Amino acid sequence: MSKTYETVIGLEVHVELATKTKIFCGCSTEFGKAPNTHTCPVCTGMPGSLPVLNKGVVEKAVAVGLATNCTITQNCKFDRKNYFYPDNPQNYQISQLYYPICRDGKVEIEVDGKKKFVRIHEIHMEEDAGKLIHDPYTDSSLVDFNRSGVPLIEIVSEPDMRSAEEVIAYLEKLRLIIQYLGASDCKLNEGSMRADVNLSVREVGSSEFGTRTETKNLNSFKAIARAIENERERQIDLIESGEKVVQETRRWDDTKEYSYPMRSKEDAQDYRYFPDPDLVPVVISDEWMENIRKNQPELRDEKRIRYKEEYDIPDYDIDIITNSKRMADIFEEAIALGAAPKKVSNWLMVETMRLMKEHSVDADDLSFSAKNLAALIALVESKAINGTVAKEVYEKIFTDDIDPEKYVEENGLKTVNDEGALTKTIEEIVAANPKSVADYKSGKDKAIGFLVGQTMKAMKGKADPGEVNRILKEILSK
Amino acid sequence: MKLTAVELGKKIKAGEVKVADAVRACLDRIEKLESDINAFVTVDGEHAMEQAEEIQRKIDSGELTGPLAGVPVAIKDNMCTKGLLTSCSSKILSNFIPTYTAEAVLKLKEAGAVIIGKTNMDEFAMGSTTETSYYGATQNPWDVKRVPGGSSGGSAAAVSAEEVPYALGSDTGGSIRQPAAFCGVTGIKPTYGRVSRYGLIAYGSSLDQIGPIAKDVTDCATVLEIICQHDDKDSTSYDAEKGYTGNGITDTGSDFTSALVDDVKGMKIGIPRDYFGEGIDEDVKKSVLEAADVLKQKGAVVEEFDLGMVEYAIPAYYIIASAEASSNLERFDGVKYGYRTSEYTDLHNMYKKSRSEGFGDEVKRRIMLGSFVLSSGYYDAYYVKALKTKALIKKAFDDAFAKYDVILGPVAPTTALMKGESLSDPLKMYLGDIYTVSVNLAGIPGISLPCGFDRNGMPVGLQLLGQTFDEKSIIRAAYAYECSREYKRPATLTERGL
Repeated sequence: MSKTYETVIGLEVHVELATKTKIFCGCSTEFGKAPNTHTCPVCTGMPGSLPVLNKGVVEKAVAVGLATNCTITQNCKFDRKNYFYPDNPQNYQISQLYYPICRDGKVEIEVDGKKKFVRIHEIHMEEDAGKLIHDPYTDSSLVDFNRSGVPLIEIVSEPDMRSAEEVIAYLEKLRLIIQYLGASDCKLNEGSMRADVNLSVREVGSSEFGTRTETKNLNSFKAIARAIENERERQIDLIESGEKVVQETRRWDDTKEYSYPMRSKEDAQDYRYFPDPDLVPVVISDEWMENIRKNQPELRDEKRIRYKEEYDIPDYDIDIITNSKRMADIFEEAIALGAAPKKVSNWLMVETMRLMKEHSVDADDLSFSAKNLAALIALVESKAINGTVAKEVYEKIFTDDIDPEKYVEENGLKTVNDEGALTKTIEEIVAANPKSVADYKSGKDKAIGFLVGQTMKAMKGKADPGEVNRILKEILSK
Repeated sequence: MKLTAVELGKKIKAGEVKVADAVRACLDRIEKLESDINAFVTVDGEHAMEQAEEIQRKIDSGELTGPLAGVPVAIKDNMCTKGLLTSCSSKILSNFIPTYTAEAVLKLKEAGAVIIGKTNMDEFAMGSTTETSYYGATQNPWDVKRVPGGSSGGSAAAVSAEEVPYALGSDTGGSIRQPAAFCGVTGIKPTYGRVSRYGLIAYGSSLDQIGPIAKDVTDCATVLEIICQHDDKDSTSYDAEKGYTGNGITDTGSDFTSALVDDVKGMKIGIPRDYFGEGIDEDVKKSVLEAADVLKQKGAVVEEFDLGMVEYAIPAYYIIASAEASSNLERFDGVKYGYRTSEYTDLHNMYKKSRSEGFGDEVKRRIMLGSFVLSSGYYDAYYVKALKTKALIKKAFDDAFAKYDVILGPVAPTTALMKGESLSDPLKMYLGDIYTVSVNLAGIPGISLPCGFDRNGMPVGLQLLGQTFDEKSIIRAAYAYECSREYKRPATLTERGL
């Protein structure tokens, strides 16, 4: 009988913090600029340069620590991790080994209605490396140090996850917490959030861990799920065939859907960690910590409760809306501008979701303003435009963030509220469609739909269908 | 050129000497003496003459009024100078032109200093003889067969030979004080954190301090007053506005020249008995104890005591300094700047060959020692233990400063050694640092000044140590002692009519 196995997974998640300047110098962290334009003696490792800690990094790291129920190390230190690589200008990375800024946290995740905690071992601050670009024409490598010194936090979980679903739920949880804190945009595909998966398997019921591997280069949730499945199978196959799992770092190739070993941890280099003598201990006073705690924004779990109480919209809608800070922001802003919560929620749930799919836009990247959505809702409410026109206008808001009032005005989309003109058109339609009129009068209620449609067509869509209905019934009942 | 920096500054201010003449006088002397002394890696003559004109204009217009405006200076070659070779006397930086200037050097420039050139040193400040330089050894102006000490041997020799009135040095384990002693001049290693390290190419980051080397205490105090300022670019830089708290230590202020008073009445001076045991030269001992007598006659209360921890200073120092150096020197890899080997097969081969060819033996020795003590399995046994020792050494000094204002002793167990003597026996060279390294481990200030001569006519150095942020006590004691004797220039200069 074949054995059953349990997968044991722990994650190391790197998050690029959204500070304006780098962790140890005043250079901009802006992404996508010409190579080596955001550099100075410090982030290029020039001789004699010295690091000075950006306090904003500490604040963001503490904010994440508090939101994930960590204990804050109020006297933390930076250490040097020594290794030679050209993207690392000093040939040591300034990181934290001995006194990381946060320890012993936990977050709650939910998979298939089951809740559980994933414990966080530690969160530490460190600097990112530069980027190597290989030039095949000259067969040489070039270094871009723009990213060198961009602040990172590494969130190390305990091996508490047992499936890809739990891993995704944990990552989603972290992403939302960090996004809501404004500490990072957490985009896996752009590298502002990177997850390395530590995975081992063991027989169900065993209390000891198996030998683990670390898988890197996972750029999407889908890749993570595939890599976990693949690695689980690979390890089980090894064990079943009597071989041993080697402790090593593997690189995932998502197009080929397999991983290969990068370097073996057994002959791993010795990083010779020691406290960085160029930096002084980071003292986080009670007062400073309280200040950060006080300024923590409302997080997702709190928002869910509040939306339910204040707006009385369905749980399903709340989940979708709060699944992205951007969408939740649009929702709240539109309500603040006077739009009814239910109406805003409807626009987000139906039309927005449809257009997001059609244009392949993530909720985090929604570019329209809440102001224009609120204005559109007001136009519909005042019956200035009808539902069909509203959808058309909304498409323009979604793609180009146009001002709906101006747009409706300029394109003559306003509903015709001249009752005389409308009655005249309806009378003409009634006269021209005796058969439908007869059908209606003989009890076929559906026939009125055809007449409304004909009227709307004649009005070029600029009539209020409710109004058309009312007038039609009046005429037909005469 | 016999003038001190402050004397020259006064004459320039009074219009008696033009800046250009002072600069030209330095350059002429360098031209005459360099073949014997080799104090400089780079002489920046042309640019110095240009600077001289500009500074003269600023002095004439009243824009520059400081005591050192227009006075030429030499800078140790481990401090970055924008546009000017900064080699650390190493092959690996033999083509390195910095894009920025070290903070301490900037302060001098703002005060109107004219940089004459960059001085020779032990490679990456690792050594006590200035013999490990890629640019050849520096000779002692008192006897060219002898070493000038190190690692700031070029700065001390340049001042001693009167090639420049004053110079900047750096001190990680005695590198200002010991060459000053060997060359018969004066030098101060300030409290750790007094002077910004920004732009000082690091050797042992937790120990390195920049300080002045000059002919007398007045010059040193004047220079220190200019370069000692808080710098936001150095996290370990002391901020006087925020003050210092801890161990009841108080900052006595950075108005160092106000301590230039010939009065030591009631000052409590302790002499550590453990500094006069085995290994100290009799002539050195005699001169230092005579200096103590002078201070006693001037009213100081002088007594002997046991400092303790002395024998642990050298091992702790070499572990900590080498550990930090092994990491600090990793950036010299042939990738971004500096020397890169001409032929290589791949990245690791390039690293290996560039570093093997670019670093000298003493630097390699310390990188290996430092890498070893930081490696896993040895970290606790060596590095952590050395840090604990460092804390105990600091405590020994704190205990002593609870009783004394100043601690008095020798700078080194001997006077300047013959060239080549210590290169063959590195351990012997390390032991010569016994009285200086503990000062860096404790972070306290120390001054080295001449106090006599040995049987060979070589100068002996007196070392005065003060509590953290109390440079003023040692400046006062040093000044009072200095008032009792004449400055002696190297006899060889006078003999040669220079």
